[in-house]
Amino acid sequence: MLLDMVMLSTGMRESFRELLLSRGFELRLAPKGTLPFDTDATIPGVSAITNVLRRNPDIREISPVMGASIHIPAGNRDVSGTALGIDPSVQGDYELLAGHDVTSADAMVVNDNMLRRLGVHLGDTINVATGYDPQTRTYSGQRRLVITGRVKFIYGASEQSSGAMRRETLEAMSAPERRDRASLFMLKVRKGADAERVRDWVETQLPNVTAISIATAIAQVDARLSYFRQLAIILGAVSLFVGFLLVTTLVTVSVNERAGEIAVMRAIGVSKAHVVQQIVIEGVAISVAGAVLGLGLGLVTARYLNTILSAFPGLPMAIDFFLFQPRAAWSALGLLVASGIGAGVYPAWRAASLPIAESLRREAIA
Amino acid sequence: MSESIVSLRDVRRDYAVGAERVHALQGVTLDVERGDYVAIVGPSGCGKSTLLNLIGVIDHPTSGTVAVGSKRVDGMSDREATSFRLHNIGFVFQRFYLMPILSARENVMLPMAEARLPRAEREARAVELLEYVGLGNRQEHRPSELSGGEQQRVAIARALANGPVILLADEPTGELDAGTGAQIISLFQRLNLDGTTIVVVTHDEDLASAARRKIHMRDGRVVDG
Repeated sequence: MLLDMVMLSTGMRESFRELLLSRGFELRLAPKGTLPFDTDATIPGVSAITNVLRRNPDIREISPVMGASIHIPAGNRDVSGTALGIDPSVQGDYELLAGHDVTSADAMVVNDNMLRRLGVHLGDTINVATGYDPQTRTYSGQRRLVITGRVKFIYGASEQSSGAMRRETLEAMSAPERRDRASLFMLKVRKGADAERVRDWVETQLPNVTAISIATAIAQVDARLSYFRQLAIILGAVSLFVGFLLVTTLVTVSVNERAGEIAVMRAIGVSKAHVVQQIVIEGVAISVAGAVLGLGLGLVTARYLNTILSAFPGLPMAIDFFLFQPRAAWSALGLLVASGIGAGVYPAWRAASLPIAESLRREAIA
Repeated sequence: MSESIVSLRDVRRDYAVGAERVHALQGVTLDVERGDYVAIVGPSGCGKSTLLNLIGVIDHPTSGTVAVGSKRVDGMSDREATSFRLHNIGFVFQRFYLMPILSARENVMLPMAEARLPRAEREARAVELLEYVGLGNRQEHRPSELSGGEQQRVAIARALANGPVILLADEPTGELDAGTGAQIISLFQRLNLDGTTIVVVTHDEDLASAARRKIHMRDGRVVDG
């Protein structure tokens, strides 16, 4: 449990950081006061913003992304999902698993959920709309697109049905007021450049956007998910305390059973410090043995809990709540060894300090 | 004139048992000479073990003086007493109290390790001592694989590990049958003949009779011997 809690307290943050950095985009621009895709708000003037950003030599890649809801008729059903409008040459939202990317205006790539729900295959043509009126069952902004690829969306939730097309295609399908807009810009900075400085520069130059670096994104996630960290710290402390009490009890019982043996050790000239050392080593050995057994059990439990927590609606599939890191395992082991030492010291010192003659007399009577 | 290796002068030892004070030793004066083999006998509760504990520096007298090997031991600190016991006193108890996870040889090596003897020296001396007590072929056995008599012989070898000036034994045959007890008595006689000074506390008449000198105690006093 201690390992799980150490993994939980650091796992989300590390997993989120890895996710954000997975395609090398260090900055994200969202409409002022929002987080990426947190609301339906969009940033107007994509071309103008792109021109401004290109003035900064520290920005090496600009990827505007448009997000929209889509509707696809499948027989007499309406299948809804989300679509991203991207530039395939600089996109960082998905990985192509099979087929081709959206190299033409009538191409679309989709994830497995979408393929399954539509019952279609690569190469099939589908009608995709950006609007749907359920009362009249009429579609608007409709366009026929060929499914050219099967993809995995990096930031997608497990239950999400998603697709991606060229940004100009999605713009053409959308209402005129949504043209030349983006939900998000993703930026890569030049190697060696300070991302925080670039972020400050962007916010100065573009007052209608919020620039989010990896550090600020993690800080925001930390603030939103502080409940998990607090829970992890509390449960970790409880499990450590229970472990401490357990080892203390085991060592105390063992020491009491061997009071005569310890008294004889002292009688034949073994120093108090060596007696304490031996008993503390036993406490540490119990802790380490428990840690080794607990490591396997903790990893299995973490995997199970991670599956449950990762299925929370709206969370990116790639986020791990319990991320195994050697550092977490070493931290848990270090804490257990420290608690083993702490748990052994008192009973050991007490046993080694008992009057030898008195202990032997009691043993003889017993 | 023989050299006195243990010297007690007007030694008293009182214990507090609840609100009462028990006078375990009431002015004992005693000398044990080098090479002697002394048996302390008397009824239970007469102060035999208390006297042995004071000689063995695992207890302190309430008053009086105790010297072992010409060194005053009655006022020693815990650290001094531990070091003194390690190098000068060999203890054998009724229960053998061997380390269950160590072999016979490793149990004998234990006090030598504490005295920081080089490993090779420890190994050689442990083998020599186990052969002396007749357990040359049982060196690698753990206590659980040895009989009671064999365990007591390992305990005696352990007591002799650092070449003590005196061997103290508290009811060494108490947990053994008559036949096995006779082997221990015979071993003690051999040890004494080879120069080891022995003080033994016992109820065993055979063991007491094997000693050169018998001291009778009653009510915390030496009454004879």
